[in-house]
Amino acid sequence: MTSTSITRPAASDTVRRRRQRRRFGTGTALVVLIALAVVYIFPFLVQISTSFKTEGDAANNPMSLIPQTWSTAAYARLFNNSDFPLWARNSFIVTLAVTLGRVFFDSLAGYALARLRFPGRDIIFYLLIGVMSVPGVVLLIPKFLVINYLGIYDTFAAMILPLLVDAGGVFMMRNFFASIPDSVEEAARIDGAGTFRIFWLVVLPMARPALMTIIILSFQGSWNEFSHFLIATQSPGLRTLTTGVATLASGGLGGGTQYPLKLGAALLMTVPAAIVFFVFQRQIMNTTGGAVKD
Amino acid sequence: MTVTAISHRRRRGAAQGQGVAGWAFVTPVVIILGIFLVVPIVMALWVSVSDWSGSGSPFTAQVHFVGAKNYTSVLNGQGLTAQTFGLAVRNNLYYVLYVVPLQTALSLFLAVMVSRRAMKGRSFFRMAFYFPSVTSSVAITVLWLFLFSGSGVVNKVMSYLSISGPDWFNDPNGVGTQLFHLKESGWLATGNFLGIDWYQWLAGPSVAMSAFIIMAIFTTSGTFMLLFIAALQNIGEDTEEAALIDGAGAWARFRYVTLPLLRPTLYTVITLGLIGTWQIFDQIWIGTHGGPAYTTTTPAYMAYDTAFSGNWGKGAAIAFILFGIIIVMTLIQRLILGEADATKMTRKQLRLDRAQRAASAAAAEKTTGRAH
Repeated sequence: MTSTSITRPAASDTVRRRRQRRRFGTGTALVVLIALAVVYIFPFLVQISTSFKTEGDAANNPMSLIPQTWSTAAYARLFNNSDFPLWARNSFIVTLAVTLGRVFFDSLAGYALARLRFPGRDIIFYLLIGVMSVPGVVLLIPKFLVINYLGIYDTFAAMILPLLVDAGGVFMMRNFFASIPDSVEEAARIDGAGTFRIFWLVVLPMARPALMTIIILSFQGSWNEFSHFLIATQSPGLRTLTTGVATLASGGLGGGTQYPLKLGAALLMTVPAAIVFFVFQRQIMNTTGGAVKD
Repeated sequence: MTVTAISHRRRRGAAQGQGVAGWAFVTPVVIILGIFLVVPIVMALWVSVSDWSGSGSPFTAQVHFVGAKNYTSVLNGQGLTAQTFGLAVRNNLYYVLYVVPLQTALSLFLAVMVSRRAMKGRSFFRMAFYFPSVTSSVAITVLWLFLFSGSGVVNKVMSYLSISGPDWFNDPNGVGTQLFHLKESGWLATGNFLGIDWYQWLAGPSVAMSAFIIMAIFTTSGTFMLLFIAALQNIGEDTEEAALIDGAGAWARFRYVTLPLLRPTLYTVITLGLIGTWQIFDQIWIGTHGGPAYTTTTPAYMAYDTAFSGNWGKGAAIAFILFGIIIVMTLIQRLILGEADATKMTRKQLRLDRAQRAASAAAAEKTTGRAH
């Protein structure tokens, strides 16, 4: 204690000097960050403005953030003269089904793996981890083979069923259920409630934060999914926003580069994902970190 | 297993109920993952050693076992398939070599910058850097096709610096070729590894592939930034503060205190980066379909393209070879970087121990006056 008090003036002096240097550093850092933020945001601003430009304007002034003449032709064309509304409908159907399925089945299985004792539990758990480590793109052709073999190729079933549960989500729910105390369930069990009732009425309501994470991840995952729909379907009537806009990108509607049209379509399909992001911003920023902490 | 089973039989009613409920609860997951993950792998393994043409069931008498023929035709370095595969591996290898280090460094840099307590508008910056990660591969590729088009935004910016930009997505020239003025002659024209000569291995990523490389760094750095931010929060300011009082400079503090503590996260980010970059598919399909001159073809895209043009055996074989590549790459990485949690120490012990050693190392650097 005495020795600290003796050296104290010197130490605080150093710290003060450091602080000053730090403040100077912060100014430089702020400039660097602002420059980087411009690089990250500018492309999206250009995208928005280009979608309101005429085709000639888009080609001649790619950089300008304000259209020379405002035009909503691209959007009018998308909504009135293309399959865009159909793609959007399909995307909503698939995303809704996948998200509901994952929330229910992932938490059901996660609860069983964390809390219920049954023969084969450990084997299932290890299989789950094994399945998680197979890279998705390797499974594209195999998945097509099974979808084709089952005779569900080019149907909504082929689009939804393979995505209806995900090993990662089960794993996450299992970890969550393992982390909450089991005294609540004990009480319910003594009251004579069945396992499903306990799960549905007692445990699931407690799992709201974990469920939110599953909802956000499945929404973004299925909304942005592309390669699975590519191998599961072929008819134009089953295109989602991802597969639809992808064909738009390589072909377009008629001639020309059609950048306003393509960028407008890409912008619109980003809106729901962006809304989810801004609404659940805090949750997303924390969950990604939380998933890795363990 | 048996012990728990016996002890549970004592509490008969409840235990039996749990057994039934347990299986009922996991059945949907087991069925769906079984049908759409496990069965497909077995089926594709069979297809990869068969001559199935794509019509009818692969399990009929008309489909024959052909041994490793599909695998050797991809790997033996002879013929068009093998050459394209060689190119695909080269393309993807350069993609990995550029994207993984750059996105790791950039995401770490961004995380450190936005984690500074004194920084104003931290949450704004976090959101700005993370936003590209929210967009789908389709939306971002469409945007990229516009930004990197011949008369696009990127070339416009380059023209301000009086550089005439290339026609990015249509330019098959190797970046390495242009930087080092390589020519396909002399010893460079010799050699054959996976069907392509040394010149082609050294030519580097094409200009078209470079646009994809930049896109990958742009879209994933935000995701990995979040991992680093979480890790930095875990480290806390205490260790930093301790090193500060010890008199360590900002760089020494980062190098000897923060970076060693970030090692597990660094390991995760590099592993995820390696696995992810070898799987690039969506962007290629949407953006270039593997062109120009096969310089953006990747093994994942080639597997798809080969299979869906009727060569199912070869396509499935390429998919499994890609699986092998990913496994080998992560093993190599594990060898080089070492196990993330090699010691048996608990995390906290490890943290304290590392922090102490780090603080003293930082102080030592200060005293010896070594500059990095």
